[in-house]
Amino acid sequence: MTTIQQTGSQPPAGLNPIQWLKKNLFSTWFNTLLTFVSALVIFFVLKGLFTWVLTAADWTPVVKNLKLFAVGQYPIEEMWRVGTILAIVSFLMGLSWGVWGGTVRTFAIALAVGFTLIALLPFDLYPGNENQPDLILRLGFIAHPILVVMGYSLGRTSVVKSRFLLGLWLISFVLTILLLRGFEGNQILPRVATGLWGGLLLTFLLALVGIVASFPIGILLALGRWSSLPMVKLFCTLFIELVRGVPLVTILFMASIILPLFLPENLRIDRVMRAMLGMTLFAAAYMAENVRGGLQAIPKGQIEAAHAVGLTGSQTMLLIVLPQALRIVIPAIVGQFIALFMDTTLAIMVGLVELLAVGKTVLNSNPAWLLKDKEVYLFIAVLFWLFTYSMSYASHKLEVALGVGKR
Amino acid sequence: MIEETHPTTGDDIIICRDVHKWFDNFEALRGVSLTIKRGEVVVICGPSGSGKSTFIRAINRLEEHQQGTIIVNGIELTHDIRNIHAVRQEIGMVFQQFNLFPHLKVIDNITLGPIWVRKWPKARAEEIATQLLERVGIPEQAHKYPGQLSGGQQQRVAIARALAMQPKIMLFDEPTSALDPEMIKEVLDVMRELAHSGITMIVVTHEMGFAREVADRIIFFDQGLLVEEAGPAEFFTHPKSDRTRLFLSQILQHLEDFRCENWRKLSR
Ligand SMILES: Nc1ncnc2c1ncn2[C@@H]1O[C@H](COP(=O)(O)OP(=O)(O)O)[C@@H](O)[C@H]1O
Ligand SMILES: [Mg+2]
Repeated sequence: MTTIQQTGSQPPAGLNPIQWLKKNLFSTWFNTLLTFVSALVIFFVLKGLFTWVLTAADWTPVVKNLKLFAVGQYPIEEMWRVGTILAIVSFLMGLSWGVWGGTVRTFAIALAVGFTLIALLPFDLYPGNENQPDLILRLGFIAHPILVVMGYSLGRTSVVKSRFLLGLWLISFVLTILLLRGFEGNQILPRVATGLWGGLLLTFLLALVGIVASFPIGILLALGRWSSLPMVKLFCTLFIELVRGVPLVTILFMASIILPLFLPENLRIDRVMRAMLGMTLFAAAYMAENVRGGLQAIPKGQIEAAHAVGLTGSQTMLLIVLPQALRIVIPAIVGQFIALFMDTTLAIMVGLVELLAVGKTVLNSNPAWLLKDKEVYLFIAVLFWLFTYSMSYASHKLEVALGVGKR
Repeated sequence: MIEETHPTTGDDIIICRDVHKWFDNFEALRGVSLTIKRGEVVVICGPSGSGKSTFIRAINRLEEHQQGTIIVNGIELTHDIRNIHAVRQEIGMVFQQFNLFPHLKVIDNITLGPIWVRKWPKARAEEIATQLLERVGIPEQAHKYPGQLSGGQQQRVAIARALAMQPKIMLFDEPTSALDPEMIKEVLDVMRELAHSGITMIVVTHEMGFAREVADRIIFFDQGLLVEEAGPAEFFTHPKSDRTRLFLSQILQHLEDFRCENWRKLSR
């Protein structure tokens, strides 16, 4: 609180709180006015919101349908698959924390705390399903901090290499899809129709598949557009410009309705897969344009130096150009991924029951809840905000870690 | 494998015959012929825009010549990509702007070529890289990023990077032009040591003191033509063409003005 009189060559002391307030909030009469007006607005909005949330709001539609919001119609007997996937994620998160440290720590801890909180929720997690043991679910959730710590301990021993860990994440991604889907005629893992997938689970899957698949495709498209082979260049340019000229809803409709007309009978893919395909192609086109921006920012001297050292064209691309280009466009790419995550709500248009659609379904399922739309949509908005904010936070940390704009 | 169009070129490691290069309609090289012997140190000078860079870049195919012949170490530079790669492995190049890879540590900048092109094991590549860093006088910088180094240090890393491929020929395109005056000497010292090691060198530079001291031959370029070539003593004392004389008087005047002391020492 006190300003210490600095002597010698130390940097000048920072402002004390009073000085800070004066400098930043009350420096001119206009600034003072703005400060008061904003403070008033913030006060009344927050007051109204909190009073409503704590007193008037009725969260029954949310509380009674937690399972629907989480996984949609995914069969309750098969929920252990979702649980297994969550356990793998927690373990890998702990492992990543051990290996990579830094920012991952925040996420690993947030995950552990989040799951613990779910385990401690003061109401029935499976309302109306008396034969489903609520306790097992809670025990499952409460095990997550242990999984995170286990992963962390293993990660610290440095037996797990960074590259290997990346591979593990990719494998677990594929595993997730296979596990959720199951196999035709299998006893232990019977096929679960994708039509039953829903809620946050489906939202995540749509976004994840879109992000993971569009990344390499987008890079290839950008390279194609950048290449000197005329046919490749033409194809990539056409694809990118066509897709970018059309709204996502249109692409989802085309993937959903027109695509099946072209595919032979035995290649028919279901509705969820078609939506994933549409989102991937859409995201890939934007990804390509982002990457192209990065490619163009690489000085010609870099490529010449790589050639002079004797690297081939593809080595130059993989070792010199792409790493630098991607680093430059990380902020743009993450921004795009966040947008894609929110765009998953459009899947409602082709009949998928993702998070927002679950909200609508819930509201319509009980006449008494029809007027509870504020609660339901606020709940959904907060969920979306939580995840998008985490993504942009992670992106910011990644930029700092990789030294974007410094090296 | 590599088609040796000119198997035994004997002592001549670089042979250029009537090399022409156009940028659109502008003729940057208008028929340059030059033969360089193994171990020779050749300095190229000439006014800005005279085609010096274009010429040495044509030697490792960073620029493609459209007419004439370039034969490096017995391999003719044609459109055949294998020939180009074979030639590039024999040639190290140092650029005016260093062109280090900013996302790689100094040591990784140097080992990149040996590991990916020569296919050496990492340990061996790093051992040689460490030796090279010692040779250019900055062994302690191995694990920094290029952006953390001074210009002179960066250029010395660039020289080490080129040497790591164990080339038979080194090309320098104005290696000291982007450097602050106090760093020029540290780079020239490294180049001087290199010149005495017996490697073939082509250096585009306006450092006339360096040229006089280490060059076996000095070549003067003007408007895309090789105007004059001579040993350093003759080049400085009896330039044949008027253009060379004018250039020398300008550049020496420049030196007189800015580096009075040095020039007097060197011209003695
Ligand atoms: N990529 C290019 N495109 C068009 N013109 C070029 C290009 N590179 C060089 N030139 C032209 O060719 C001439 C010779 O250039 P350069 O070899 O760089 O000269 P120097 O190195 O002697 O200064 C200059 O007139 C320059 O403008
Ligand atoms: Mg030049």
